[in-house]
Amino acid sequence: MTEKSKLGLDFTKVAAAKQLAKQIADQVQEFVDGYTTVTVERTLCRLIGIDDVDENGVPLPNRVVDALLEAGVLSQGVLYFMGNAILETGANPQEIAERISRNELNVTSLPLHPLPEIQKAIQPYIEQCLTRIKGNVAKRNEYLNTIGEGPKPYLYIIVATGNIYEDVVQAQAGARQGADVIAVIRTTGQSLLDYVPYGATTEGFGGTFATQENFRIMRKALDEVGEEQGRYIRLCNYCSGLCMPEIAAMGALERLDVMLNDALYGILFRDINPQRTLIDQYFSRIINGYAGVIINTGEDNYLTTADAVEAAHTVLASDLINEQLALLAALPEEQMGLGHAFEMDPMLENGFLLELAQAQMTREIFPKATLKYMPPTKFMTGNIFRGHIQDALFNIIGIWTHQGIQLLGMPTEAIHTPFMSDRYLSIENARYIFNDMRSIGEEMEFREGGICRERAKTVLNNAIELLQEIVNEGLFTALEKGIFGDVKRPKDGGKGLAGVVTKGENYFNPFIKMMKERW
Amino acid sequence: MSGGLYSMDQKDFDQTLDLTKVKPYGDTMNDGKTQLSFTLPVPCGDEAVEAAKQLLKKMGFDNPQVVYFKELTDGFTFVNCYGACTHTVDYTTIHVPKVESTVWSMQETDDFIREHIGRKIVVIGASTGTDAHTVGIDAIMNMKGYAGHYGIERYDMFDALNMGSQIPNEEFIAKAVELHADALLVSQTVTQKDVHIQNLTELIEMLEAEGLRDKMIVVCGGPRITHELAKELGYDAGFGANTYADDVASYIAQELDRRMNG
Repeated sequence: MTEKSKLGLDFTKVAAAKQLAKQIADQVQEFVDGYTTVTVERTLCRLIGIDDVDENGVPLPNRVVDALLEAGVLSQGVLYFMGNAILETGANPQEIAERISRNELNVTSLPLHPLPEIQKAIQPYIEQCLTRIKGNVAKRNEYLNTIGEGPKPYLYIIVATGNIYEDVVQAQAGARQGADVIAVIRTTGQSLLDYVPYGATTEGFGGTFATQENFRIMRKALDEVGEEQGRYIRLCNYCSGLCMPEIAAMGALERLDVMLNDALYGILFRDINPQRTLIDQYFSRIINGYAGVIINTGEDNYLTTADAVEAAHTVLASDLINEQLALLAALPEEQMGLGHAFEMDPMLENGFLLELAQAQMTREIFPKATLKYMPPTKFMTGNIFRGHIQDALFNIIGIWTHQGIQLLGMPTEAIHTPFMSDRYLSIENARYIFNDMRSIGEEMEFREGGICRERAKTVLNNAIELLQEIVNEGLFTALEKGIFGDVKRPKDGGKGLAGVVTKGENYFNPFIKMMKERW
Repeated sequence: MSGGLYSMDQKDFDQTLDLTKVKPYGDTMNDGKTQLSFTLPVPCGDEAVEAAKQLLKKMGFDNPQVVYFKELTDGFTFVNCYGACTHTVDYTTIHVPKVESTVWSMQETDDFIREHIGRKIVVIGASTGTDAHTVGIDAIMNMKGYAGHYGIERYDMFDALNMGSQIPNEEFIAKAVELHADALLVSQTVTQKDVHIQNLTELIEMLEAEGLRDKMIVVCGGPRITHELAKELGYDAGFGANTYADDVASYIAQELDRRMNG
């Protein structure tokens, strides 16, 4: 970055920090490259056109992958057997999957063709998929070039009724009030399901099931309201948990714009097995990168369990690691919604200045990223009046430090999922402040030797120290020691390890190369 | 839109406090002044304002005022309102069940346990069922605690295990048996459609079925939990909003002492 740091950051230190983070990411990648998982294979099923459920409601991608798993041959990959079955039967992947689900076909007992022939047989389905996703990217760009978008920070709100049709009403209302990004919160517990539910859903706890049909319904509704408002409205969902890459695939196919996508979050806060989810994350980020999806990372959550002042450097260190992991998946910097948060105790003297320093520092260290800034949640008490002011201070920092996505805080945080009027009050709060203070970041400087500059320096130094530690022990060991969010996660613990499979000699996944090279 | 800076209302009501007839206080005893805000599913306009006023009357408010209204989206109007409450309650006859223990500091609780229990108290906590939120159980149990109140992990005389979120009741009970837990802490944060009630009830039923209910102190907590509700569901105590680790730790120490030492 050529611009001088307003905080007096030492950019040689920043470069050193990024180099350390790269070493950590490379170590992880070395591990990841040797494996696939059940959900990565189901993702491939989805990408080559396999959809629908069997008579028991089990998704066909699960039926196909389970069949290979039971036969003990999943290590060769689903594309190998699918390509071979296409050659043997002349049927397409969907038809083959349907026959498997009716127990009419055993793809593992068919005569095997040579690998190059198999690869050739599957290739048209891969290209068909990539063409569809490219079409979605083009459609988004067309909207952005014609109706345009709101200024940054994008205003991000959530809907969480459990019923996709009710969500549509709430989402459209939010968009009309000024929201730029609508996130449909997932139902509690979906991250731990090892399959993706099917069809439109109207029952969920604390959120709505992420299904491809629900994605489609909401996409259509947001396009409608976007055209009406003359502003592209982005759709956000949760590409995390045990079906991480499958959700990425569904999002790419249905033109979602933003995805929570962070293995570290799943490891720490959903107790998902670290190996499983880091493998899953690699492919999901490749898909998100290709589909033009902005990923959001979950570092803000560390501060709900750890202290925001003491643990600030862990957020920065994790952002740096996440940046490098994303680069390895060819995800452009502009699509990196690295997370951080306004979570310090409101009773802390000069807490605002520490928050400001953190946000400005994050901005300067990741100059191109669409940073995701999270509102206060931990110290929201039910005093909605003070809460509204806490959100206002958070909004001031958002505009001051040019955050990319401002996740709007609600005065009724900690009481209920937002009412329609809560969202209105929050959007009004943010729009008022963003307009009233639009250029404050350009006007104000940080005093040399002052609280903000010193704080940023300390946090960066501590982050470097931590990254050095993680380089020495490896990310997996660091997680076992509880380095992030005070949560300890063993390498072989948590959910989903059974779904990890070593890649066999015939394994191939052309999507990785083609997507990374922007076929 | 409001009536100006200074209230010119006539105050032709009795301005002495009568605890048998309590009503809201704005700036004068018994003025009954109350603020409300809500959304009506009707188009924005004079009719929406009138609808809000009529509703306020039905709620028992005199002199209803709609001081602000705004269309949220087609067919929805948000209002801010004031009114004078006509209802009263008899404060003198109110009885609220409360957790009956003295709240001590960490040091006092540790000292009490050393002296009266003579060993560490084993406590297991979890956010059970589908609830993925750990903020409540973390605030009570984690070393760091919350808002300056240290969590139970920091106490010398507690052996605390925080199992985290989305713990099935079966797993929770199995762990309790394995560790010979003295007390179980259940946190429920997500409470949409009253899923927390179902989940809390299930735990008690399972403990009873296995003959474990009386062997442990079972406590629940969360933003929608009250002690009264907890008792109703078969728990020993319930801790709602604005309670901290000190409240829970002191209660457990004193309750265990009552059970062990009479």
